[in-house]
Formats: sequence, C-alpha cells, structure tokens
Amino acid sequence: MTTETTKGKYNVIGTRPIRHDGYDKVTGRAIYGADIKLPALLQGAVLRSPHAHARIKSIDTSAAKALPGVSAVITSADFPGAHDTLIDLGEGAINFRYASNNVMAGDKVLYKGHPVAAVAALDKNTALEAAALIKVDYEVLKPVSTVMEALKPGAPIVLEDLEGQDLGEKIDGQTNQANHIRHEFGDVEKGFAEADIVIEHEFDTAMVHQGYIEPHNATATWDEEGRVTIWTSTQGSFPTRRQTAGILRLPDSSVKVIPLEIGGGFGGKIPSYLEPVAAILSRETGRPVKLLMERTSVFESTGPTPGTWMSAKVGVKNDGTITAATADLRFDAGAYPGSPVGAGMMCVFSCYDIPNTRIDGYDVVVNKPKTAAYRAPGATQAAYAMETVVDEICQKLGMDPLEFRIKNAAKEGTRRADGPIHPIIGAVETHEAAKASDHWNTPLEKNGSDGKLRGRGVASGYWFNIGLKSAVTISVNEDGTVALTEGSTDIGGSRASIAMMAAEVLGIPAEEVRPHVADSEGIGYTDVTGGSRTTYATGYAAHDAAQDVVVQLRERAAKLWDVEVDEIEFANGSYQSKSDPELRLSHKELASKLGSTGGPVIGSASVDPEGAGGAYSTQICDIEIDPETGKTDVIRYTIVQDVGTAIHPSYVEGQMQGAVAQCIGWALNEEYFLNDDGAMVNSSFLDYRMPTSLDLPEIETIIVEVPNPGHPFGVRGVGEVPIVPGVATVANAIHDALGIRLRTTPMNAGSILAALKAKK
Amino acid sequence: MHLKVNDESLEVAVDAERTLLSVLRHELGLMGTKYGCGEGNCGACTVLIDGEATRSCITPVTSAGGREITTIEGLANGDELHPVQEAFVEHTAFQCAYCTSGFIMSSAALLDRNPSPSDAQIQSALSGHICRCGAYGRILKAVKSASGEGGAE
Repeated sequence: MTTETTKGKYNVIGTRPIRHDGYDKVTGRAIYGADIKLPALLQGAVLRSPHAHARIKSIDTSAAKALPGVSAVITSADFPGAHDTLIDLGEGAINFRYASNNVMAGDKVLYKGHPVAAVAALDKNTALEAAALIKVDYEVLKPVSTVMEALKPGAPIVLEDLEGQDLGEKIDGQTNQANHIRHEFGDVEKGFAEADIVIEHEFDTAMVHQGYIEPHNATATWDEEGRVTIWTSTQGSFPTRRQTAGILRLPDSSVKVIPLEIGGGFGGKIPSYLEPVAAILSRETGRPVKLLMERTSVFESTGPTPGTWMSAKVGVKNDGTITAATADLRFDAGAYPGSPVGAGMMCVFSCYDIPNTRIDGYDVVVNKPKTAAYRAPGATQAAYAMETVVDEICQKLGMDPLEFRIKNAAKEGTRRADGPIHPIIGAVETHEAAKASDHWNTPLEKNGSDGKLRGRGVASGYWFNIGLKSAVTISVNEDGTVALTEGSTDIGGSRASIAMMAAEVLGIPAEEVRPHVADSEGIGYTDVTGGSRTTYATGYAAHDAAQDVVVQLRERAAKLWDVEVDEIEFANGSYQSKSDPELRLSHKELASKLGSTGGPVIGSASVDPEGAGGAYSTQICDIEIDPETGKTDVIRYTIVQDVGTAIHPSYVEGQMQGAVAQCIGWALNEEYFLNDDGAMVNSSFLDYRMPTSLDLPEIETIIVEVPNPGHPFGVRGVGEVPIVPGVATVANAIHDALGIRLRTTPMNAGSILAALKAKK
Repeated sequence: MHLKVNDESLEVAVDAERTLLSVLRHELGLMGTKYGCGEGNCGACTVLIDGEATRSCITPVTSAGGREITTIEGLANGDELHPVQEAFVEHTAFQCAYCTSGFIMSSAALLDRNPSPSDAQIQSALSGHICRCGAYGRILKAVKSASGEGGAE
C-alpha cells in the first residue's frame, strides 16, 4: 500500500521522476571507489591483528621489504602522531589521536582485525604475500568484550591512558568507562510513588554491523608539494578530508577528496579507515596507491553499532497516564570512546510526554572494533528497551497499545527528557494513521499452518534528525537546463530529491536539472550524508540557491526590458512585467538571452539550518513461529512514518522499507559472535546472515505528512527513524505469539527454542 | 587463454588461479561487475556463463575459457537496454545500486529460461543476492514488469 502525498500543492515535489543517475546504475557505468584506475597505480594490503587484545613488542618488516615488487612497508612509526583533539563528524565525534591509532595500531592492538602494518606493491598478490612476511611479536593480553565485564573492578584495561569521567568528575585510576552522563527532570521517586503499575526490565543487545555490500576502499596520491588527493567511497568528502588531514597532520586545504559512487553506508562510511594509510604509502613510494578491504575486514575492523546492556523502568496510573520513567543505557563504544549512547538518551523517552524522568548513559570501551554510526545510532537499542516495557504495561492495563501511545504522546511544547522543547511534531498523527491502517484493522488468525504460532506486535520510535552545513551552486545553461552542484554524496537517490527542490523553485521539470556531486574543492563545505540531513539541509541549500537564480534572472529581465527590477514578477516559472502583460518570458526563454545580458547566471547558497524537525515512526508486524524449530517468519509488516513532506515518495518509501529490512535482520539473526579469545568468528555473509528476498514480506508503507516549519518545503529527515522501533516491534510480536518476552538480541531460533523449553 | 566476453573474442595472459571477477575487472576493465564478499555469498559479482547466472568471484577464470560470458556491460542489445535494466530504473529498484548489476544478471537469466515466472520463482532465483538497502519488493516488481506478465503492478 502506498499513500498519496503532497499532490496538488507542488508541481515537482511529490512526483516520482526517474533518478538522474538511474541509467548509469543499471548499465555498470557508475564509477564506485574500487573502480578507479590511475597511471602507475600500486596496490596495497593491510596486515591486521589476529588477537583481540595484545601488546606489540616488535614488528620486523625486513622480509616483506625485500620481496621483489614491494615498494613500501609502513607501520604506525611512519605516521606523524595525531593531536589529541576531538572533532565532530556530523554524526558522532572522534579524537584524532584515537582515529590515527585506529587506522594503524600503536603499541597495542585493541581488537581482532586492528591494522598493524601496510604494504604497497606492483600488484595485489605481491602486496598480500609481503604482508604475510611481516613478523609481529605480540604479548597477548586478556580481552574484555562486553560493557558489564568492562565496568567490573579488575577488568582488563583497554586504553591505558583513558581519562574516564563520571557525572562530570574525573575517575581516579585506570578505567574502561569513558563517560557517564545523566539527564534528570522532575522527581522520579515521587512519580513512581504515584504510579499504580511499575514495570522494570534489563536488556542485552548484540553488536551488529551496517552490512553495506561495497567494502571500504581508498586510492591516494601524495605529491611533491605535500598535497594529498583521495578517491574514495564516503558519506562525506569534507569529513573524510578533515579526518585524513587530522591524522596526517596536514592543513585541511592540503587534502582533496574526490568522492566516487558509494555502495551503501548507513553511517559506517563516515569514519576513515584506509584513506590515511593509502596516503602514507603514496608518500613513501611517490606513486598512487589503492587499498581495497576484504569482507572479513569490513566486519572485523570497521564500525559496527554497539552491543548494550540496558534497563528501563516505567510507572503508570490505572488510567494509562505515565507518571515516571528511568533508563540506564550502557553502550560499548568499541576500542575507543564515542558510542552513540548520547543519541540513545535523546530518543529513549521521546515518543512520550513524561513528567518525571532520569536517563543514565555510559560510554564504555571494550576489545571490539570502534563503533560507528548506524542509522539512528543508539535509538534502536533504546527503543527496544522502552517499547517492550510499554507493551507489557499496555497488556497489564488491558489497553490498546496505540491508544496508550496517543494518550501519552509527545506534542508541540512537550519537553524532551534531555531538555529541548518539541516544535511541531507528528507523533499523534503517526499513531492515528497506524490505528486507521488496513493492517491494524485486519485481525490476525493466531493459529498458523502446521501448528505454527502467530503474533502481532506494535512499537514506535523517535529520531531527532540533524541540520548541519550544506552548499549548493546552480548554473543556468543557455538552453534553460541548469547544472546543480552539491557536496552531498548520493547513497540512495538524493541527486533526484535535491534536483526536484531546485526545479520546484525555478518552475522547470526535474529532468532539466542536472545534479552533480562535486569534490571537496568544487563546492563549499558540506557535512555528511547522514543524520537524515541530506534532503533536509542540502535541499534547503538547493532551494536557496534556486531563489538566488530567480533574483538574478529577474535582474536580467529588467535589464532586457529596461525597467526597474521591482517591476519584474516571477510566478509559475515565468518572468513578467507587472505593468505590461506583453513582457513575459519563461525561464527557458530568458535563459537563452543570458549571453547578451551579462553572461552566465550562477546561484549559490550555503546553509546551516537549525530547524531539522524530529520524526516518528510506528510499525506493525505479524510473525509466525514454528515451535518445533524456533524459526520466525515475518508474514506482514506495515511502517507508518511522519516525513514532513515527501519530496520523491518512491525514495521515501524505499528508505522506510530498507530500514525495516535491516531491523528485521537485527531482531532475528544478526550478531557479532565472539569466541573466548574475544575474536569475531562469523565475519562472512554466510555466517553473519542478513535478510534476503526469502526472509521478508512486502513491506507496506504509510507516509504521514506533518510539514516541518523549519524547512521551506516542510521536509523532515526520513532515512533513520524507520529503523528505530523495528527490533521492539518484532519482540512484541514474538510475545504475542508465544507469551514470552525476549530481552536479548538476536531473538533467533536458538533463543526462541530455549525460551519455549524454559516455559514448559 | 581464450575468453569470449560480451560477444568479443579475447586472448588474455593470466594466472590460472585467478578468479573470473578479477580478470573481468582488472584485465578487461569491465568494472560493472562488483566484489562484495569474495565467497559467493552476496551475488554482487554475478555474470552469465552460457546464459547461467554465475558467481564470478568464486569461478576460476580457466573454467570460463571458451564459453559465452556476459557482463552487465554486454546485456543491452546495441542501444536498446535489456527490459530488466529499463524496469529497474522505472521501478526505482535500487538505492545505492552496488548490488544492482548482480540482481539484473540473475533476473535476465531467469526470464531467459522462464519468461513468466511467479513471484515465488523470482524470489527464489534472487535469494542468493543481498540488497542491504532492502529494495527487494521493488526488485520483485521490476522483474515482474519485465517478464511476460508485463507491468504486473
């Protein structure tokens, strides 16, 4: 099912044109990072740690360097040693020194797969052979893999120099607790005392990976003037430039990043892994060097989302009013500080209006790869805790779960538990749309075929969305088409949505806008394609740049007709004189006269908008479980979401459907499986099983549009909130089917069978 | 050795242990076929060998010698795209599109042997492919519309 959206209000927005890069993508013509070829290109390989935690006593590269065809072998000794500076990457922050140690280990390796050396050679096989000849002498240390173990006194210490913080105070001595922060509002003790029912539970979630199919890649040159050029697949050229420059201790302006097409990211292609390594190999060899990651290393060495330990406690009155809630969110950051626990804290209670709240968040380092953003980072885990507790409360109250959520819904003016006051939001509208859906109003037959048990679950989620910086230029061609240059790399069709917003302003068809993603020297600073910000902020910039074009075209028309600019009106794609209706030119006609009225017209805009409106999603899921095998099949799934305004409804639906596919995998199958030595043992697509066409039903989408007053077209971020409630939705459906609450992910066949056995 | 790729006969000098994917990409410059996992689990590297959808990342180049190899670059008939290619564009059957070449090749192979497949047959034929952007529903519609059923939406 699809919903009609803004039809009628706009000419271009709300329609479904073919994406501008569509044919490049079905013919093999699109150039992704691994496809780049340069003259005199060398191939690289990275040697990685087989241990989850070990001290590097020595590295002997002599045999590798002696192998014919090898041009350079590097270790951390070849890195300049980055400054201890925290930088914001748009979706998460990093410390340059830790980032440098993450791309090439210093005195310790902190997870299996941690790079320890790299090679450049004439061909890939020689590079691999050389890497195998590097002798690393390790002193193996005991690893620590989970948050709760890492917080125990006497736990192995991951980072010996970590200065831990607890509620603003420095922790004495060595610790794995990077931080503990708290948001507190009202009086939770009083609130729980007023409650008739109080439910509290603890949860464990497994670390999972973003799972993009394109592995990381980077190709670099370091020239005689100390200028570095990087070709890569990234969610942001400028953040890649900043990380690479920071690690290499170069000015940002000495690094140029040329973004190629990107084969998925979901947050995982914000951090840089290979770029600085390829650059140093190029510095050492004087030739361009290419590094391609293997799948195993993508799992073992690049940013997954945290495993967690969480607890959530909610109190309600018998009439269904929430009186108080507390949450304790403990996230593993991986090997370096910086888990998304802060974002989880911002989201955990934000579907609701709760008078008394306390949220504790812990950022904890463990011997696992450094976590990275993954689609609404931190919010999915938090929603799993909160929304399954809410489900239990609804069951205890005998209250319809959507009615309960509408009764307690956050609204305009509600204070979010971490402080901000909600502007206009669509929580009520989203729940109302779910209540009116065909899915919710079609009763589920509880007995499936062959003794299978069926259940229905519902849950909701919130994501705040972000704005940040974007720049766009629009150049008018004499044939009336326009070239639109943006800095946002296009992961899922954003060229189309950005072009459509410019087309809407200019009064031309979307097809007459030619969008182009520029490199870091071809456009103004633009933050990551992440945080659900691209269509919002880059679209905002496209709107403003198109307005700038309109201003300039009005001036050209005034010049042409020798009248004052104020005399020129722009409406419906035409420029006309207010006093003389005969004087009227379409955009296209006026464009053809630019050469004779002063030359090309180029509009530009750079924005940093503050009004990214938060978004809500409510999801309904029907499942069928085979009690003999524990296998769960998702048989029907509906996602309802407030998107503000759907620019290209097909891509909005695509984001919603894609996120649901990911959270079904997260709920039922996906996990980092570690052995006793702390090493991941399922680092292949065969063993880390992600959903395929056989695992998913058609995912039904219902678009709700509560326009965001903070955007000229009412856009809210779309890409992230659809994953937030998914794991909880599946958990609630499992409870409905079996009468069992699973509070550990993944909720796979094994855990379902064990729970059924324990229940008997 | 002798390879026949996209209707062209080629002589290539390569090590026998190399994979077909490596030779296609690095010797012949056919970059439309993608590496995803190197273990035959994700389907991004799928090409046609004598019309059969085949994982080029686990196919030794020697086993493809003398046989008809078709890659995404050779699927169109001159200027006319294969109906599956057109349908993928029309149905927005991809987001990042990294897996798309593989999905298109397997879909083309399916329609070649079964011009009017059922939904279940399409899903089964594509079950060895992973699309992490989760475009499965749209891919199903695209393949259906390119099939004998035509525009079955």
